Amino acid sequence: MRFSDTRLEPIWAKVRAGERLSREDGLTLFATDDLLGVGRLADHVKSQREGDRVYFVINRHITPTNVCVLSCSFCGFARKPGQAGAYEHTIEDMVAMVKDETREVHIVGGHHPDWPFDYYERMIQAIHAAHPETQIKAFTAAEIDYFWRRWKIEPKDALARLKAAGLQSMPGGGAEIFSPRLAKLLKYTGKADPERWCEIHGIAHGLGISTNATMLYGHVETHAERVEHLLRLRQQQDASGGFSTFIPLTYQEGATQLVPRRTPPGDSLRTIAVSRLLLDNFPHVEAYWVVLGEATASIALHFGADDVNGTLEDERIQHLSGAQTPAGLAREQLFRMIRDAGKIPVERDALYNVVQVYN
Amino acid sequence: MLDRIREKTLNGKRLDREEGRYLLTDAPLLEAGALASEARFARHPEKVVTFVIDTNPNYTNVCVTDCQFCAFYRKPGDKEAWTLSVDEVLAKVEFAASKGATTVLLQGGHNPALPLDYYLTLVRETRRRFPQVTPHFFTASEITLMAEVAKTSIDGILDQLYNAGQRTIPGGGAEVLSERVRTRIEPKKGGPKAWLDVHRAAHRRGFKSTATMMYGHVETTEDLLDHFDAIRALQDEHGGFTAFVPWSFKPGNTLLEKWIKHYEGPNAYLRMLAVSRLYLDNFPHVQASWFSEGKQAGQVALHFGADDWGGTLFEENVHKAADYVNTISVEEIVALIREAGFTPAQRTTEYEILQRY
Repeated sequence: MRFSDTRLEPIWAKVRAGERLSREDGLTLFATDDLLGVGRLADHVKSQREGDRVYFVINRHITPTNVCVLSCSFCGFARKPGQAGAYEHTIEDMVAMVKDETREVHIVGGHHPDWPFDYYERMIQAIHAAHPETQIKAFTAAEIDYFWRRWKIEPKDALARLKAAGLQSMPGGGAEIFSPRLAKLLKYTGKADPERWCEIHGIAHGLGISTNATMLYGHVETHAERVEHLLRLRQQQDASGGFSTFIPLTYQEGATQLVPRRTPPGDSLRTIAVSRLLLDNFPHVEAYWVVLGEATASIALHFGADDVNGTLEDERIQHLSGAQTPAGLAREQLFRMIRDAGKIPVERDALYNVVQVYN
Repeated sequence: MLDRIREKTLNGKRLDREEGRYLLTDAPLLEAGALASEARFARHPEKVVTFVIDTNPNYTNVCVTDCQFCAFYRKPGDKEAWTLSVDEVLAKVEFAASKGATTVLLQGGHNPALPLDYYLTLVRETRRRFPQVTPHFFTASEITLMAEVAKTSIDGILDQLYNAGQRTIPGGGAEVLSERVRTRIEPKKGGPKAWLDVHRAAHRRGFKSTATMMYGHVETTEDLLDHFDAIRALQDEHGGFTAFVPWSFKPGNTLLEKWIKHYEGPNAYLRMLAVSRLYLDNFPHVQASWFSEGKQAGQVALHFGADDWGGTLFEENVHKAADYVNTISVEEIVALIREAGFTPAQRTTEYEILQRY
């Protein structure tokens, strides 16, 4: 491979040899002008791991409530109790949202001040009883941590009880950016800090619960902070090994306006590529079409991503923050997004078991 | 094969059909893009991306050509048919000029009821009343129709347009310059020769023009290569093309929609741009169309060999008729080009830089 920036050559040598990239390499990958060079490196890694396969899942999101005790600056979703627009779903409502063909249900909500832990436990039990074939991916590490803060339930106990109720995996949200500076600046100090977030994922992995990891980028963070975040995740994966997918989340400027404009597609493509290159121990890197937009998600399949998320019949959090993408993409549209990139759609379940290959 | 293509590109050697075919079909997308980007910077070393303040109004939707890909036209006598008077068109030019436009790309259906004087007056009055505006009027097939209506030659029409003050011609109506494709989707517009002959005559007379391509319908890879070969050969003759502008066919509300439901996506577009930069070695500029492919793909396209962002398109009706709408302001263009890592520069119709931002 030839590069317009020669600083990529030693990185290519490492990638080819399967050597781990350093913090310095990560910073170079973010700094270089050679965007396609970074993409080609990541595409090489992705192709070695997965060939032309790109995964998707028939899924739906359920957001039990938008009532939240936190006030994170980047969030356009949360409401205070009693505030206009605040809502709380009943368990019956949520059971009814899942359809027979839903293979994965993703449940993430606000930090509710009053709901007892057993409400969450009953929620999982009820959905699991009504739809035993549907895999339940629920509650971020931030929520698990909140159960401890609010109800003094140890994460190990909370996760064991939820697992017994039917939970099979955990989403990767609530990580935001692992940076004390940003936690303070963007007012998310009330949330699980990086060590706690990683600790909880480690506990989940120990219980046999696979999890995802995310990074909220494109607001006021630096490239160095992104690299630190990725390296911390890599370290955790070395320790506990249960992460299946890394999902970079583009900050949706919407109503919260930390920055005036969405970060450009080149930055998103680069972030996906650098993630693929640094996270050498993560099986998958996702181009989440809801936050990227369909065009960038499709292009990202050449920049190291091997997953586009899913059909998503509901995605309230990103939408209230201003994501422009239509709320429900049919399988056909996902096919087009994947096939336009010359890739092969592979339907998966929440645990990355292959359901069907669409050649 | 990639090494061979790179070797040839860097040494100023021309790619052959086999190499073009490989780039269009098998080359890894980012490898093609990286080569195209290298070729782009070899030709335009500065990280500058140009754009034009322009508008695309239409003077009539009356058309007798019945192209199957078109959702814009109406047959003569249709209750939705309309034709603007000279004053109505000039009011549109005036409006665009008041917003800073330097280019008005005016085109319309093929309306045999319009006399030659209508077209000539539009050019003359635009030049007289709005000297800052370049009348970028009338595609090849409209010029052919003028010649038929006025019972004169193409050269004769071009002479009169030139004398009225016109210097550039838009490149629309090429679609895919292949006999097979044009017979299938636009049988009344003639084969590739019809389009090529007008541009050849125009270049000979001293006009500049652009070459376009509308892909993503019934064409094959060989048809696309025919198109590239035809415009590259014509460019060798007089060097009259300023830019190549590809876009994907939008099937909404067209006859072809029955067979082609969706337009080709961003990856196909990036590949098309990369191939055109590499294959069309004698074209100065390749345009990234934010308009037809979306702003995201447009920004990424600047890394795949494109060096121009197109224009503001204050008014556009042809894609709109296919239910495809996209709008932009000068401020947004400047922001988008900067975000992609380039210096924005406003240009004229003929790609002279007016100001850098």
